[in-house]
Amino acid sequence: MAKTELDFRGMSCPMPIMKTAMAFKKATSGDVFTIMCDDPGFEPDIKAWASETGNVLDSIEKKDKDIIATVTKK
Amino acid sequence: MANGEVSEKVSDIKGMAGDGVAAKVQELEERLAKLEDKNNNLTMILMSGEFDKAFAAFIIANGALAMGKEVTMFVTFWGLDAIKKPSFSTAGRGFLEKMVLWMRPKGPNKLATSKMNFAGIGPKLFRYMMKKKKVEQLHNLIEMATEFGLKIIGCQMSMDVMGLKAEDLIDGVEVGGVATMLNSSYKSNSTLFI
Repeated sequence: MAKTELDFRGMSCPMPIMKTAMAFKKATSGDVFTIMCDDPGFEPDIKAWASETGNVLDSIEKKDKDIIATVTKK
Repeated sequence: MANGEVSEKVSDIKGMAGDGVAAKVQELEERLAKLEDKNNNLTMILMSGEFDKAFAAFIIANGALAMGKEVTMFVTFWGLDAIKKPSFSTAGRGFLEKMVLWMRPKGPNKLATSKMNFAGIGPKLFRYMMKKKKVEQLHNLIEMATEFGLKIIGCQMSMDVMGLKAEDLIDGVEVGGVATMLNSSYKSNSTLFI
């Protein structure tokens, strides 16, 4: 089960979600991704994306301007 | 649910109950599979040829593709401006067709905005502001969506009216009519008209 860090800081909608989806397409079930993004829309977006795609949002936290989400591929 | 899974379930039930029940279950399973499939599709109709509206359309298309949906975009009338190649020859077309093609923008980077166009200064201003905010450019959004599996269908009738040929549009565009669009819409759980 691979662990990957994705840095999407500086990108704006819809790129972080697109890039997340692209990374998940290549991943296998159980892979864990830590995604960093400074677009404020990313927080609701990653929640919506995870609930729609069935991938598991393990945690989401804010550090200064950055939003850090940990998502496991279903 | 795949057909293989359905028939597997049905043969399990045949063992437990009579053929009549199994047939009914098979019918229900197939109907359920059809409904579940619907949740996976989005149909879009892009009629507008303005920069801002085409931009919105391709943002939504990209988002839906990222959500794992199958997206079909039916592009008609002014919307065709957004999916034209930046340059193509108008040779072999009638005078009026040539006039229309000459007067309309070619491709996503030439579109006008629906508000604050200011004779073409508006789009330049918005593109500059978007670049500063690191928003992806429209032509990149279109390219990314098609790479991600967006199915674009050009409206045959409006293409005929304007003298557009399939090869004048970006690569990978299929051509179809209203029935093609409706068929896709009936199989989708939402249809957007932009």
